Amino acid sequence: MAEIIEKLITTDEIKTDEYLVNMGPQHPSTHGVLRLLVKLEGEIVHNVEPHIGYIHSGIEKMSEALSYPQIIHLTDRMDYLSAHMNNEAVCLCIEDALQVQVPERVKYIRTIIDELQRLASHQLWWCASGMDLGALTAFFYGLRDREDILDIFEETCGARLTLNYSVPGGVMFDIHPNFQAKVKAFIKKFRKILPEYDKLLTGNIIFQNRTKGVGILSKEDAIAYGVTGPTGRASGFSCDVRKHHPYSAYPYIKFDEKVGTDGDCFMRWKLRMDEMRESLNIIEQLIDNIPEGDYALKMKGVIKLPEGEFYQRVETARGEFGVYIVSDGKKNPYRVKYRSPGFSNLFAINHIAKKWKIADLVAIMATFDLVIPDIDR
Amino acid sequence: MKSTFNYIAEIFKAIWSLLTGMKVTAKYFFTPWNNVTQQYPENRDTLVMFDRFRGEVIMPHDEKNEHKCTGCGICEINCPNGSIEIISKSIVNEEGKKKRIIDQHIYHLAMCTFCNLCIKSCPSDAIVMGQNFEHAYWDRVSMTKVLNRPGSKIMEGVKE
Repeated sequence: MAEIIEKLITTDEIKTDEYLVNMGPQHPSTHGVLRLLVKLEGEIVHNVEPHIGYIHSGIEKMSEALSYPQIIHLTDRMDYLSAHMNNEAVCLCIEDALQVQVPERVKYIRTIIDELQRLASHQLWWCASGMDLGALTAFFYGLRDREDILDIFEETCGARLTLNYSVPGGVMFDIHPNFQAKVKAFIKKFRKILPEYDKLLTGNIIFQNRTKGVGILSKEDAIAYGVTGPTGRASGFSCDVRKHHPYSAYPYIKFDEKVGTDGDCFMRWKLRMDEMRESLNIIEQLIDNIPEGDYALKMKGVIKLPEGEFYQRVETARGEFGVYIVSDGKKNPYRVKYRSPGFSNLFAINHIAKKWKIADLVAIMATFDLVIPDIDR
Repeated sequence: MKSTFNYIAEIFKAIWSLLTGMKVTAKYFFTPWNNVTQQYPENRDTLVMFDRFRGEVIMPHDEKNEHKCTGCGICEINCPNGSIEIISKSIVNEEGKKKRIIDQHIYHLAMCTFCNLCIKSCPSDAIVMGQNFEHAYWDRVSMTKVLNRPGSKIMEGVKE
């Protein structure tokens, strides 16, 4: 395919002038305010230059003026589809710095909510990228099923999107009495729905033609650009933090790290579908075995971290999320830095979208699963 | 010959894949009782939110118009956005001692991110999260609320 396009470009008959087009900041397939400056020749993409910062909110700088428990609610607003993983990353970092051991019950609850959040995120990705590729039905089906998870969150955590459920030393509330029954009912229901997703889109010929072999990201490039998460794993880069640096209850359970081979749009699609199944397996292993005990440690009113530097990473739905806290012993951090997966993933797009058509750029962006506040912070 | 056969087979496979997808949509088209849409403004009277749902900060009062707020200001310190302002005043009680009590517990709804830190930190459980989520107002002034009702006083037996 690439050779044919190459040949066509070099033929004089169809050669046209290059021109620049702004894709975004307001474009339905950018899922937010991302501006891509695309250099086009006819329909063929020659260069993609992302211009970011439209919703930069200065969360890192704001954190320097807040106390440690107050920082956590800001991380909800970065990658809002992986809100709990972000919360957990900060909490784990603080607990690691204070050298406290959280109760086992907390670890289990956190991991279950993590996986539910990953499912909710992948469902939204599934429906939104289906919409990008022209399947509007997928959008409604995805949102319909995501509603069940959001109801579980609303009952246990008190919010649908900005959970703010993890606090240093535990979780904010104990799980709701209905929690276990509802999660089990959801798993049962969702296992029946997943094959429907495959029937609707994965097997669809139009969809396959638009994604198979399109936008190939090689393993070497994935490592060089720091592309993590399902996007990196689809290229064969084994980078699951849950597997390589287990945290919370992940050491206690058995699960497979899904690693792909091709690195094209279809592989990225398939890998996320497989991850949804794996998440269901993880929840099933944990949901019946939640140990009794406290849901939170009694922490001091004012949390002061010892002097030093602390780093913690977790696996969000988009990739590796890192928290780096520099403390000078006061109640506010001296500096907070977040390593967000979306930022690194975004800049690989320029490399792989070259020589593809503008419609393929939409397919590439859809399977990269970008969340713009995560990029801008 | 074989390539022609493959070509035709491909076409039928493609059509079949489209029909498989259509089967799923047809299933939901003919079973509309499976739909999940809530008729929102119409079902307002019957709509019940979950009890942990974080809609807004409220201060419950009992029938004698008494609340539990001592005006200690811990919620004000714990709020990350400055949504809570506490104005206290000094009074002289029956024993002739000077005492600081709460005058106004001001809550800026427009600045609140519903993080629940104020409720979690309150030592006397004076404030809770309400279930009301309809926060559209015509002007900014009505988003600043005074939580303690006029003429209310502190409940007896609340530790200060």
